[in-house]
Amino acid sequence: MKIKVELSGGLELLFNKIKTHEITFDDKKSIPLKDLIIWMKDNLLTERENLFIVDGTVRPGILVLINEADWELYGGIGYDVEDGDNIIFISTLHGG
Amino acid sequence: MSTATTTTTEQQKKKLCEICKVSRPILKRPKTGESICKECFYTVFEDEIHHTIVDNQLFKRGDKVAIGASGGKDSTVLAEIMTKLNKKYDYGLDLFLLSIDEGITGYRDDSLETVKRNQEQYQIPLKILSYKELYNWTMDEIVKEIGLKNNCTFCGVFRRQALDRGAIILGANKIVTGHNADDIAETVLINLLRGDIPRLQRCVNIVTGSEGALPRSKPFKYTYQKEIVMYAYFKKLDYFSTECIYAPNAYRGHVRDFLKDLEAIRPSIIIDIIHSGENFHFNEEFKMPVQGTCIQCGYISSNQLCMACELLKNLNSGLAKVKLSLHNKKLKSTNPQHQLDENNNQNNNNLEIKI
Ligand code: SF4
Ligand SMILES: [Zn+2]
Ligand SMILES: [Zn+2]
Repeated sequence: MKIKVELSGGLELLFNKIKTHEITFDDKKSIPLKDLIIWMKDNLLTERENLFIVDGTVRPGILVLINEADWELYGGIGYDVEDGDNIIFISTLHGG
Repeated sequence: MSTATTTTTEQQKKKLCEICKVSRPILKRPKTGESICKECFYTVFEDEIHHTIVDNQLFKRGDKVAIGASGGKDSTVLAEIMTKLNKKYDYGLDLFLLSIDEGITGYRDDSLETVKRNQEQYQIPLKILSYKELYNWTMDEIVKEIGLKNNCTFCGVFRRQALDRGAIILGANKIVTGHNADDIAETVLINLLRGDIPRLQRCVNIVTGSEGALPRSKPFKYTYQKEIVMYAYFKKLDYFSTECIYAPNAYRGHVRDFLKDLEAIRPSIIIDIIHSGENFHFNEEFKMPVQGTCIQCGYISSNQLCMACELLKNLNSGLAKVKLSLHNKKLKSTNPQHQLDENNNQNNNNLEIKI
């Protein structure tokens, strides 16, 4: 499976300032979002992980869009990410 | 879990917008819990702000309104919305963008580029006013002089005056800022936690500063941060989102996290807190001090010197670091009201950053 992950609103600063990441999992058909964020923490995040993950979910104040729609419409952290999905994380906590 | 989730997701994918019943929902509204589509979102978002403006009579035809613009998400969306509503409902306002340049390398100089692009996009005049030209100090220089302890006190006091002065230079008679519902709920909590009654009383007002200073209003008072960010995202608005390199973050940061945690459980908490703030009843003894004007610069002040002139006097004599702490001690023992003012300035900083 192949997915695209985007970071914005200042969150990209925790990911080496890279906004878009293409990710391929050859051995999977889907991955729970909660596992994806751990994978991102272990493989993409470069600093201050507690600004991204808190208690096994995305830190409150970070908006998540699944294929251009609010993740709350799709069960939030309980969502299963599928091939071709586009997941966007936007910090609302930075600047004003 | 996997099967259950898939079913919910499948069902969810077929659901339609709860307003138009036609399109695919893209947002779950924090205020109402409704699932709505992009077009309906734009409509309700803009309409609610229009109603806030009309119900609170924020403007009169012919007003010259300075939009405090920092290049951040809130003020960028504010510039977009003010331009749009002014046209759509024919408010008859003259709009200006007003940016304050604190003189913070790598932070404000970048965000000002965003504001300049906004100016071109919305075709409204932009005025940039710097601390350097007003006070002869940049924040970089102030931090070099006083370190990282009281920097936000200086910055907050200076920005408040700078906005008023900039607006007057532009010939504006009103100022609008991008403070949103989340910011206001956060400030209510902070003032409550600090026992800062005068500010607790004022911080929920949609218009402030009418005594002597220009009236300032907050058209986003009831607008959730989440929706502002979503609006900016879907409209592809260009905003700047880097933290100030001198941000202290400690106290307000905790309150913000606390509020975000609560919001995750019950999204209406933001509006509920504002509502509580609006309905507190206060003892008469907490009346605000009588306002006069600063003998040095003429700005409104309850003391001989306004806070900005007081701080500048210390900075210029090279005593800022020492003076401020001595000042605090002295005030604590003699005049509780002054001590409150000091606190006010400190706790207002991060809110002020949104100009
Ligand atoms: S955090 Fe805000 S108030 Fe403090 S120095 Fe930076 S811009 Fe000024
Ligand atoms: Zn709709
Ligand atoms: Zn003064």
